[in-house]
Amino acid sequence: MNVLLGLAGSDESITALRRTIERTDAVGDDLTVAVLEKADTERSQDEMYRQAEKLLSEADLDAEIERLEGDPGASLVNYAEQGEFDQLVIGGGTISPMGKIQLGSIAEFVLLNAPTTVKLVR
Amino acid sequence: MPERVYPDTPSGPFPAPPSTAEDQSGRTIEFRAVDEFEDEALDDTVEMYVDFDPSDRAQGIPPTGETRIRNWLETIAEHSVNVVARHGDDVIGHAVLVPDADDPDSIEDVGDVEWELAIFVLQAYQQSGIGTKLLKHLLGHAIELGITHVWLTVERWNTPAIALYERVGFEPTGTENFEQEMGILLA
Repeated sequence: MNVLLGLAGSDESITALRRTIERTDAVGDDLTVAVLEKADTERSQDEMYRQAEKLLSEADLDAEIERLEGDPGASLVNYAEQGEFDQLVIGGGTISPMGKIQLGSIAEFVLLNAPTTVKLVR
Repeated sequence: MPERVYPDTPSGPFPAPPSTAEDQSGRTIEFRAVDEFEDEALDDTVEMYVDFDPSDRAQGIPPTGETRIRNWLETIAEHSVNVVARHGDDVIGHAVLVPDADDPDSIEDVGDVEWELAIFVLQAYQQSGIGTKLLKHLLGHAIELGITHVWLTVERWNTPAIALYERVGFEPTGTENFEQEMGILLA
């Protein structure tokens, strides 16, 4: 399967990256990682890019890493439309103090607009 | 200062617990603040959630199964503010505020923190006016304690709940994803 993973700078993105690496390793998928541009996150786009490089090389996985500029949801969906991907993976779902799951605006945009199946890693 | 957007005009006053009211089906319902959310008060509330209709769950809460329900309530119990609705010996409704703070132990003034609200009423007691009364009693109790900023999220399609929140003074904060975020400023 040809998988596209979209990463913003959140902790949920780190979880999605780790899980996707494990899955890719186990089933032999082809993986492309898109690092998104997003303001006000825990990690900058550069930091996230380096983190992806590091974890991929530690897992000895050969994956393409792309930097996407502009609105994170739109740029990811655009990129997915231009390639031949079977699945788009994103992280998402923060927990409120009450314990409620909350999905952010990127997750919603991608789920509603992506041309492929979307996997939401929690 | 608050992270979220709140109405300019404060809402209130609201009735404070304890009080007793008759619902639209003639059942006598008692509204009570819970000072220590532990032991019997906690057990009775766990029991209510065990009977809760899973189709009324919202954004993953309440969880299902007694163990997970108890874990959830114990996690939020210590720093939360609780009002329950009782019919006889049974808890049939629960409204709760949880502080949005990294370190709840260090809260000096409850007016300095934003409180997340949730409210659940057993299905057999819905649409009888209990939810509105329970919500108002929680807000009345919050005002007594000095709480000023309360927010919540609600699934966007849940128009009856959104209408209920708007009736007591909640306004949309502008954050809209799958969930609608709303806030109220208390007088």
